[in-house]
Amino acid sequence: MLTKENRAPELLEDVQTKSGAEALILSLLEEKVDTIFGYPGGAIMPVYDALYDYQDKVNHVLVRHEQGGIHAGQGYARSSGKVGVVFATSGPGATNLVTGLADAMIDSTPLVCITGQVFAHLLGTDAFQEADVVSITAPVTKWNYQVTEASEIPEVLAKAFYIAKSGRPGPVLVDITKNAQLQKFDFKGYTPCQHIRSYRPKPIVRKEYIEQAAELINQAQKPFVLWGQGVMLGSAEQEFKAFVEKAGIPSAWTIMGAGALPSDHYLNVGMLGMHGNYGPNVLTNECDVLIAIGMRFDDRVTGRLDKYAKQAKIIHLDIDPAEIGKNVETTVPVWGDCKETLPLLTELVQQKKHSAWLEKFRMYEAEEIAAVIQDELHPASEELTMGEVFQQLNTLTNGDAIIVSDVGQHQMVACRYAKLNHTRSNITSGGLGTMGFALPAAIGAKFGAPNRTVVAVAGDGGFQMTLQELGTIMQSGADVKMIILNNQFLGMVRQWQELFHDRRYSFVDITSPDFVKVASGYGIAGKSISKREDLQSALREMLQHPGSFLLEVMVTKENNVFPMVPQGCSVSEIRLK
Amino acid sequence: MSNANHIDRKEFNITVYTENQIGLLNRIAIIFSRRKINVDSLNTSPSEIEGIHRFSIVIHETEEVVSKLAKQIEKQVEVLKVYYNTNEEVIWQEMALYKVPTDVIAEKALVERLLRENGARAVVIRKDYTVFETTGHREETDNLIKVLQPFGLIEFVRSARIAIIKHSEGFNRKLREFERTEPGHEVSENEYLNSRDKVFSM
Repeated sequence: MLTKENRAPELLEDVQTKSGAEALILSLLEEKVDTIFGYPGGAIMPVYDALYDYQDKVNHVLVRHEQGGIHAGQGYARSSGKVGVVFATSGPGATNLVTGLADAMIDSTPLVCITGQVFAHLLGTDAFQEADVVSITAPVTKWNYQVTEASEIPEVLAKAFYIAKSGRPGPVLVDITKNAQLQKFDFKGYTPCQHIRSYRPKPIVRKEYIEQAAELINQAQKPFVLWGQGVMLGSAEQEFKAFVEKAGIPSAWTIMGAGALPSDHYLNVGMLGMHGNYGPNVLTNECDVLIAIGMRFDDRVTGRLDKYAKQAKIIHLDIDPAEIGKNVETTVPVWGDCKETLPLLTELVQQKKHSAWLEKFRMYEAEEIAAVIQDELHPASEELTMGEVFQQLNTLTNGDAIIVSDVGQHQMVACRYAKLNHTRSNITSGGLGTMGFALPAAIGAKFGAPNRTVVAVAGDGGFQMTLQELGTIMQSGADVKMIILNNQFLGMVRQWQELFHDRRYSFVDITSPDFVKVASGYGIAGKSISKREDLQSALREMLQHPGSFLLEVMVTKENNVFPMVPQGCSVSEIRLK
Repeated sequence: MSNANHIDRKEFNITVYTENQIGLLNRIAIIFSRRKINVDSLNTSPSEIEGIHRFSIVIHETEEVVSKLAKQIEKQVEVLKVYYNTNEEVIWQEMALYKVPTDVIAEKALVERLLRENGARAVVIRKDYTVFETTGHREETDNLIKVLQPFGLIEFVRSARIAIIKHSEGFNRKLREFERTEPGHEVSENEYLNSRDKVFSM
């Protein structure tokens, strides 16, 4: 609507100190933003014009598609623990962010996305590259806001960062009309936001629940901890370790939580869920007290809910009150930030060992090794398996690398077999299952953790979804190691078609380009292997190569990921084959 | 949520206090539509406190679903507080307007009596038509439609339900709690160390 306040900027005569666009950049600098992933366009040009003068203060990574930009922002946030920042233009630029927003929303990733928008006086007129971005992104953002006045920018940015990173983190989108970017105003500096009256990022910790939880834990004969990404989001890895070590409780992880406790820690009993480890799934239905920490009982973790841990008392620690009791009925809700609640709990729990109970997990592990793992990591057949690639990679990186996986069979194999010594080392699209996530997320992860080795692992299908981001690697020089586990199929769908659809392989047979040649076109070194004797040397070559490297590994075509909890089954009905 | 038993479903009145923010109506609406829950009635208007709006939402669901929805609504950044109540726990009213030809009303004493019986009140009287207003529960406003239909009811409109919670202490006090700036991190740590036998707060 054309109002007096929303006049076209050309009509404004009062020239003051800063443009909205420059105030935006200055606000980002105040938030200590060091990297922006973005793509320019008509409606965000004033912001890019302002950015031109600050290139020495902030690094802008030009991506090849806005979806790549936002996944890179996610990778950055996940590896660094900081807020990822993404720029996109109006209309298609903004709508291309939607998948990444949904991904960041369900995986609680802090992002601030800035989108350009048409002039305020053109809103609602179906202007060129106009899309109703605030409405479109409402369900997939923690908060969003449309700025139509330059003077709003510092305050809105401060709110955006505060909301994105506080409490349960999430993506925030700020849509800025072009007139607001151009408009000059009296920029009075930037004040970080620390309080919004209608927003309570953390619930109050209630002592009686801490006491009740401790009492249940102290009485438990077979306590079992399930942890999720909340431990990392709360930077509570040490507090978590202290808790499980004192209470001596076997602990299993969701894929979003992987790495918060090192893979080889004696209390780390493995992965939960559909393709998780045997013991943790079966024993979920045998434990007497289940302690869920910063996880949300996703259906891929719980399997059939009415047969899920019915025998157990459930203690749920979560910062988001809406998660407690959402899927699984909770005996004791421990509201709060686990960084604060875990030490309180640790203080009240008794020092214990639970050796016999832990031994039970080991027995199931032995069974799983014999039935599944041995063959996956040391196959008798000539063809390579995905598992042995990770086995070799573990040896060469010693578990110190960041593994960024895509979605599908290789993702499950990566989560199952990659050794993780450090927190924030397993970056994957957990909740949304976004194919094409790995390559751009790995680029972002490298910018977020420049001193660490970042290995993107993708299938032949997923890699082709965002393959254009090789251009981003070429231009930014990001040192990303890429492994394509090529089984010439959309493997996970094929597995389901084999198991549940009478082998009717409907459109899962996918052809791929010569990935090494494609990489070469982008000036990226690469190699393709299919023989076991080449595996170790090729992985070593990839890791030692100065700069990015693409390694394609041809793996056996029709391998299935096991164990598996078939859909609609209980976790204790997990199949080993 | 999807396993809600039909027998356990009943009317719930959801009261939401929010900031006055563009787009928030959409954010609240999609919490229902995402779960394929129909909103039977929705009223939103400024509350007794300047800058704060009050939503009254009526849905037909189980208490379990309603309590989860309330948590999801309360999660929205600009939502201050959500309450949900059964019909027994609230006093509620809907307002209705009825437009009828004036000559019929004027000619037939019966109509006048019926209107009086139904607690209707004339809002506008013109030569050609008269607008009556009544407030009440759904059945009451429905009943007057039936009554007026034979006499040439021209137009009818009904408002959304508004409801007062019987046992609420109002929102003024609550708002003062929200207004209180939360203590910073250093303070909260000290607070927990110094008063651990009380509630740990941050």
